[in-house]
Amino acid sequence: MAFTPHAAAAPDAAPDNGMIARRQRAMALCADAKRTDLEEILDVLRYEGAVEDLRRPETGLVMVRGQIGGDGAPFNFGEATVIRAAVRLDGGEVGFAYQLGRDAQKARMAAIIDALLQSPRHSRVTEDALKPIELRLAGERAVRERQTAATRVNFFTMVRGED
Amino acid sequence: MYVAVKGGEAAIDNAHRLLAHARRGDPAVPELATEQIAEQMSLLVDRVMTEGSLYDRQLAALALKQARGDLIEAVFLVRAFRTTLPRFGYSEPVDTARMELRRRISATYKDLPGGQVLGPTFDYTHRLLDFMLMANGEAPVAPAEVEVQPDEDGTPRVTDLLDAEGLIEASSALQDEAPVGDLTREPLNFPAERDLRLQALARGDEGFVLALGYSTQRGYGRTHPFVGEVRVGEVEVEFTPQELGFPVPLGRLTVTECQMISQFKGSAAVPPQFTRGYGLVFGQSERKAMAMSLVDRSLRARELGEDVVAPAQDEEFVLSHADNLQATGFVEHLKLPHYVDFQAELDLVRRMRAEHERAQATHLSEAAE
Repeated sequence: MAFTPHAAAAPDAAPDNGMIARRQRAMALCADAKRTDLEEILDVLRYEGAVEDLRRPETGLVMVRGQIGGDGAPFNFGEATVIRAAVRLDGGEVGFAYQLGRDAQKARMAAIIDALLQSPRHSRVTEDALKPIELRLAGERAVRERQTAATRVNFFTMVRGED
Repeated sequence: MYVAVKGGEAAIDNAHRLLAHARRGDPAVPELATEQIAEQMSLLVDRVMTEGSLYDRQLAALALKQARGDLIEAVFLVRAFRTTLPRFGYSEPVDTARMELRRRISATYKDLPGGQVLGPTFDYTHRLLDFMLMANGEAPVAPAEVEVQPDEDGTPRVTDLLDAEGLIEASSALQDEAPVGDLTREPLNFPAERDLRLQALARGDEGFVLALGYSTQRGYGRTHPFVGEVRVGEVEVEFTPQELGFPVPLGRLTVTECQMISQFKGSAAVPPQFTRGYGLVFGQSERKAMAMSLVDRSLRARELGEDVVAPAQDEEFVLSHADNLQATGFVEHLKLPHYVDFQAELDLVRRMRAEHERAQATHLSEAAE
């Protein structure tokens, strides 16, 4: 495989923190989204340039860490399957994806979206295209939260014995 | 000792064909899809993920189908699969304080900040078989929904509440440079530190950990526990790939966390206070998380200067026997051909018997004289 970590560095200067935050946000959305969501986004974006696979989708493991007591020293509590992919666009933008699970097509599409986000020409439209997904996921989360809230309890302690 | 044998290929092939047939069951009954297992046997899937120590619902569901529902066989399949995959690295520690809560209860405070939500629970059900589920099921009534009351305090950990009063021990601090033990990389050595003990307990057999936790309640290494808090929900996992240099959100995992609080009478160095036991497992596995936190606390005997008098306090005993795959491997290997070994034992027993008979005869003749 032609891919090396060094070759992956963006052609221009190191990306600013704003770009990192935007990429992380998009990566989180792509991870939570369904494969069909990402297909729709790419349909909307209609990117027709070449996509070079720097790293074909590959499944591996990430050891998930917890913290002792929830807030203490880290410990290894179990592994999760993770799929990763890397692509390069015509303009030289390199996109990455790391996602839970083993969906190769979804990971490759997420890598393309990550690359498009870094492309000056496509950045804005890519973020716009992600918005409906963001809204839908937020809506689903709100429903789950309302369902959970309906199970909120208020316990009362009873006085016991005779006094 | 097991000595390799040859032969039986045709019988083995046919046995596996018969297994596939038996797995399918009555062909008049529709075949189970792995999606159905993942969706409708979700707590069993959670258990396979936890004890297989691999978070992947589809794989766990497939393993259960292939194993005909045999949990430990499914764990075996999942563990074997993971050995075929490269390890990308270690995640950032998950932050359970930022969990999207599905359930959160406390047995120590009824009015704790953030409140208590029952979520989807078997608690308070009547445990009566519901024959409606056997009939051609109606869709269940849609879940109730109420508006979420924004809670200004968020949902702090119960242990933080006691912490404010100094009545509970602080967590061991984060030490950035200290290596974190990983028993999938290095064999377990004793004494084992708490990070390794928690890793072993997290993947340990639920039945075994439950029984040990129960034993501490019955007086074998008593710890006077209270459930400070159990929470179930989704946490985001982040991983920092070398080539990117910043944390990448990988997605969400469902986990169950238990904070067990135990009375501690203090020592020369430490005033009386509450100590903590911790449990964290994949999926919704409340029983396992609670049992794990009990055993985590009892295994801290050495650290807290308590006498090690009970099995649940003996880390070598607990950690050496918690893994159901290791246990079943050693128990079940007994059914494999041991012909050579047994022949040797047979010869030995025959010789011992001959000697025994000779000795008896001598004894009798001496007594007769």
